[in-house]
Amino acid sequence: MSFVLVQVIVGGLLLGAVYALFSSGLTLVWGMMNIVNFAHGDFVMLGMYVAYVVYTLMGGGPLLGAPLATLVLATVGVVVYFALIRDIMKGPMLAQILGTFGLALLLRYSVFWWFGANFLSMPQNIVGGTYAFAGLRIEASRLLAGVVALLVTLGLHLLLTRTSLGSKMLAVAEDQTAAQLMGIRPDTMQAIAWGIAAGATGLAGALIANFFYIVPTVGETLGIVAFVTVSLGGFGSVPGALVAGLLIGVIESLSGYLIGAIYKDIVVYVLFLLFLWFRPQGLMGKM
Amino acid sequence: MTLKHVTGLLCAAAMSLVLAAGARAEDKVVKIGVILPMSGGTASIGAHAKAALEVAMNIINNAHPELGNLPLAKNTGLAGLGGAKIDAVFADNQGNPATGQNQALRLITEDKVAAVFGAYQSGITLTSSAIAEKYGIPYLNSESVAANLTERGFKWFFRTTPIATDFAKIYVDFLADMKAAGAKTDAIALVHDNTEYGTSVANTISAAFKEKGQPVALDVAYPVNATDVQGQVLQLKDKKPDVIIMISYTSDAILFAKTMQSLDYKPAILLADDAGYSDPSFIKAVGKISQGVFNRSSWVVGPPGSASAVIADMYKKKSGEEMDDTVARQMQGFFVLADAIDRAGSTDPAKVQAALKATELKADQLMIGYKGVKFDDKGQNILAAGAIIQLQDGENYVSVWPKANAEKPPVLPYKGW
Repeated sequence: MSFVLVQVIVGGLLLGAVYALFSSGLTLVWGMMNIVNFAHGDFVMLGMYVAYVVYTLMGGGPLLGAPLATLVLATVGVVVYFALIRDIMKGPMLAQILGTFGLALLLRYSVFWWFGANFLSMPQNIVGGTYAFAGLRIEASRLLAGVVALLVTLGLHLLLTRTSLGSKMLAVAEDQTAAQLMGIRPDTMQAIAWGIAAGATGLAGALIANFFYIVPTVGETLGIVAFVTVSLGGFGSVPGALVAGLLIGVIESLSGYLIGAIYKDIVVYVLFLLFLWFRPQGLMGKM
Repeated sequence: MTLKHVTGLLCAAAMSLVLAAGARAEDKVVKIGVILPMSGGTASIGAHAKAALEVAMNIINNAHPELGNLPLAKNTGLAGLGGAKIDAVFADNQGNPATGQNQALRLITEDKVAAVFGAYQSGITLTSSAIAEKYGIPYLNSESVAANLTERGFKWFFRTTPIATDFAKIYVDFLADMKAAGAKTDAIALVHDNTEYGTSVANTISAAFKEKGQPVALDVAYPVNATDVQGQVLQLKDKKPDVIIMISYTSDAILFAKTMQSLDYKPAILLADDAGYSDPSFIKAVGKISQGVFNRSSWVVGPPGSASAVIADMYKKKSGEEMDDTVARQMQGFFVLADAIDRAGSTDPAKVQAALKATELKADQLMIGYKGVKFDDKGQNILAAGAIIQLQDGENYVSVWPKANAEKPPVLPYKGW
């Protein structure tokens, strides 16, 4: 195997871990209440801007920016749940789709209005440097994002499967009425789910901001990837999103290098559709 | 009635007020439809262009004797139409050719604009100008460089900017000079997106080099608004071309700069074809890791007090940004269109078209470094010109070629970070 190929695969894995990180929130919300959040990409964008504001106003790096972005977005998530989601869940499917779509546009154009359309970028020295060993080059900021992505995704999985809070959330997802009879408040559980999902998404945004450009429309570019990752991994499955993210990252990088970048999306989406043909529930989703 | 109903009604009322305000009638106004990317991945360009055109309207609509020979600056409004004011109706193309086409239709049929101006991306200029042609409304384009735009036999389409064939020639000559100065320029790679702009400019450049007996060694195409370009940069690192010519919009240009740094790859010469590399937000975001990148430009700030310096100052006050080549070409195009309407003495489309055809502006009547403005039968400005600039310190471009107008000599090799 040629040396460059190893670099391509490593790059793809790191990219994939980040895809997984910003997709886990989307899959969680879907698993809990069957809502597709079209504003998801714009949550990532908000996380990036929080990290940027923390840097420009307070001179803080990712040590301050990432937790703050998590906190701010978790709050946004809870507020959005009570102000919008709780009501539109009672409406028809179309209202749910258009509701979160409207939210996406509202967030995007608020940021447009506040920050303008200019591209922003974090300074190089915040998570600076590139590790080179055995000829491989790994960017510190991507490595940080990749490692945190793995930890957070695992953490979310453990939270859902190993804690009483997780059991309560799953109970609400399974059967709201039954959960209510057991003394679990569906409202509270779903609000917590939105908080966690949006918080994880904000964290992802803050970490991605260290190596990506920041612009109000960045959510469009990243949102599509999140949807593909979630449907390949299986709607509602956090580990599925992790595996799917890594797979998509590697396939994208490899086909971009070997066949040509212009064809890489064709390769990714043909494989994606073929896979769904055989396994419509995704890698780890339930039917 | 619940609170929600009240809020809903209030929203509806507010919206109708906004709409009504937009439709307020004004007398003695010449409306020009302006199609720009106000949202989407190139929205920063649209925001800058809007500020620039507002400065241009200020110059046209008010008296600015300090601007010397610049037509329309001296008196208020258009003298040819009894002092009528120019009013731009801005429309968002959302970075989408179909949207641009719809906006052209709306501007022409509903806003009844006298002429259409736009639309930045070549692919959108292509679709929106077809509508103007169908309705017989003059369309002036100031910044789209795809060669085929003026090869369609259109009667209502005029373009002031130098185009891909002009730049291809500049690149060939520039690299020949660099080779004569001792640089290695044998293997050339083209990196471009898959839009109308990216593919057509790449084709034109590659044809020009082929004609000189130096076929392009590597062609790297990528989908526009990429999420990741590591594969492409590794491909370049693998093949080691001497010169890379980048044809990219802002988002991809930034991503390439960051990825080239992280993978520690620098070609000896990095030459950019305007677009993203002229966007001030590119320089702010990654200028410091793109030191020494060459770029093309028709814009050079003149000495203090010159028309171009005064305008650059006005623009900076308005937008907070330094004037760049793209907005300068847009402003210049807008002046040419306003000048034609002024000379036509009417908003009658046929008269404006005839005035555009008769345009003959000299270099000293312009704010930009063209040799003049004069359209050929296809509507292309045959006096358009350009130069090569370099981002030597990572903050400001300086002109480096041709030698006659250069502020500084070119610095080789590409420094990066």
